[in-house]
Amino acid sequence: MPAASRQPQIDTLIAAHAQRPGALLPLLHAIQDTCGHIPPQAIAPIAAALNLSQAEVHGVITFYRHFRSTPPARHTVHLCCGEACQSMGAEALAGHARARVEQLAPGECDLQPVYCLGLCATAPAMQVDDALHARVTPEKFDALIEAMRSAK
Amino acid sequence: MSITVYVPRDAAALALGADAVAQAVMAEATRRNLAVRVVRNGSRGLFWLEPLVEVETGGERIAYGPVAADDVPALFDAGFLRGGKHALRQGATDAIPYLQKQQRYTLARIGLVDPASLADYLALEGYAGLRRALALSPGAIVEEVIASGLRGRGGAAFPTGRKWQTVANAQGACKYIVCNADEGDSGSYSDRLLMESDPHALFEGMAIAARAVGASRGYIYVRSEYPHALAILDSAIGQARAAGFLGADILGSGFSFDIELRKGAGSYVCGEETALLESLEGRRGMVRAKPPLPAVAGLFGQPTVVNNVITLATVPRILAQGAVAYQALGAGRSRGTLPFQLAGNIKYGGVVEVPFGITLRALLHDFGGGTASGRPIRAVQVGGPLGMYLPESRWDTPLDYESLPTLGHGGIVVHDDTADMARLARYAMQFCALESCGKCTPCRIGSVRGVELLDAIIANRDSTAQIDLLRELCGTMRDASLCAMGGMTPYPVLSALEHFPQDFGITAQGGRHGA
Repeated sequence: MPAASRQPQIDTLIAAHAQRPGALLPLLHAIQDTCGHIPPQAIAPIAAALNLSQAEVHGVITFYRHFRSTPPARHTVHLCCGEACQSMGAEALAGHARARVEQLAPGECDLQPVYCLGLCATAPAMQVDDALHARVTPEKFDALIEAMRSAK
Repeated sequence: MSITVYVPRDAAALALGADAVAQAVMAEATRRNLAVRVVRNGSRGLFWLEPLVEVETGGERIAYGPVAADDVPALFDAGFLRGGKHALRQGATDAIPYLQKQQRYTLARIGLVDPASLADYLALEGYAGLRRALALSPGAIVEEVIASGLRGRGGAAFPTGRKWQTVANAQGACKYIVCNADEGDSGSYSDRLLMESDPHALFEGMAIAARAVGASRGYIYVRSEYPHALAILDSAIGQARAAGFLGADILGSGFSFDIELRKGAGSYVCGEETALLESLEGRRGMVRAKPPLPAVAGLFGQPTVVNNVITLATVPRILAQGAVAYQALGAGRSRGTLPFQLAGNIKYGGVVEVPFGITLRALLHDFGGGTASGRPIRAVQVGGPLGMYLPESRWDTPLDYESLPTLGHGGIVVHDDTADMARLARYAMQFCALESCGKCTPCRIGSVRGVELLDAIIANRDSTAQIDLLRELCGTMRDASLCAMGGMTPYPVLSALEHFPQDFGITAQGGRHGA
């Protein structure tokens, strides 16, 4: 969807959130949930509605790892890199995962680190789009990537 | 009469295929024309057995696990609906030694109840603590919590009742209860487990806190990495409100309190209470200098209780059963129980709630059964990424806040003998560099310099001098950082260096290998 056509949706979300105390994070979540990312052209109207400078809004978007300013790939894979997952081979798994994802078409899959999914007793853990997976091996990783690609 | 089958739905069970198991149970029951009711309970916290399917038969619950969807037809063939024999049968759930040896106080209900069922909660003493609190004066609630000896379970171990007292005595236009559910420590998952398995316990604890200090509004700040916890809390808040346990005029008492759920956005430092408040107010998660304490000037500048999930969820039972029973448990000045979390390279990973005073060795061997890899345990990190690495010589110390100040949230990550402690020390610095809020120099720049020094040490470039520098840098970070992020990152680094010098290229005598 071209950015301009999202503007009415963004304006609606801004209007819905503007009066809550501490509105910025919930508003950014709402925009990203709707648009898949936070379009740079949303910054000026957010700043105006919340009585903030554009620099402050930009600063918040870039501070938090969860927020993104560009559209995501078709799929996102989060690989847990915490100590518990490292103790079960997460570093080797990450190397395997990078090599596998590099073979995919550009824009097909984003591979991102995540610092703990709270699955520390069943490490290593990962998330493919919304689905969590535990005790991931390189073989299981490959199977999950294949399943992800054939799903859509 | 239908038979009840429990299939957990906490994030760990889901990650191990619990949804497919639940679907298989329903499909197989339909195929065989059997009346089966599937309840999606939370987890018992015995993760090596997940998905742990339970069948209610003959007045008790019989456990089968770990169950894969493919196992389901064979379980039906074996008559599991009447507790029939099968290779995966674990016997009566309550009699599983791992559970039987625990004293579940805060986590008493996890896995027993359907987190989506308010009726389940009410049937097991739910909201009894709030009812008692509503009959007490606010001061008497604070006294009860002080008498219990409960201390903050998020890591700082500050006496909860004292914090509440400060907020109760503070002047403000309004007061807030903030639940810190930004459980970012690797190896910690008890907050997640509680929220996904017994969400009303958290609301009840927050409402009691609100009544005690005179707050009318609460926030639960949950990390964005916990979408399942967020979804369960969201639906449970609606139920609590509809039933009159939250909102205006709670249970006809004239006392009003409501809770708003807030989602974090992937920042570890927001688990620090002042950074969390900044984030709630809509800013970057930059740590505030203290004083003023949040208890005096917290959220939006008003007096604010900031407590961890486990702390708040412990309060209802203290109110319902009295402080004495809780105070009777524990060791030294650490009263009550702690849900320890066994994680990483461990054979029987799971949550172990026992009174303070248990040894690490008992947790690692009697409960954990050694490593998952079958190799010897080399190092154990207690208390998350800011906790110390402990070698075997330190495993007999009783665990409490005084004997192990970095006990933190009780997360225990086990590493086997293939672990490279210099690399783990480097990771501690790298994590600090990645997650530092950037407000204070020792943390922001010290962590980057720490990574560079450890790179040089690992590459054996002038290591003796670099190790001296690393110690000096750690001292500066520990003494001069604004919060625990920079102030405690030296713990894993220095403990690794102290206990595993050979990994840093130092011989026991202090000389260099091949230097």
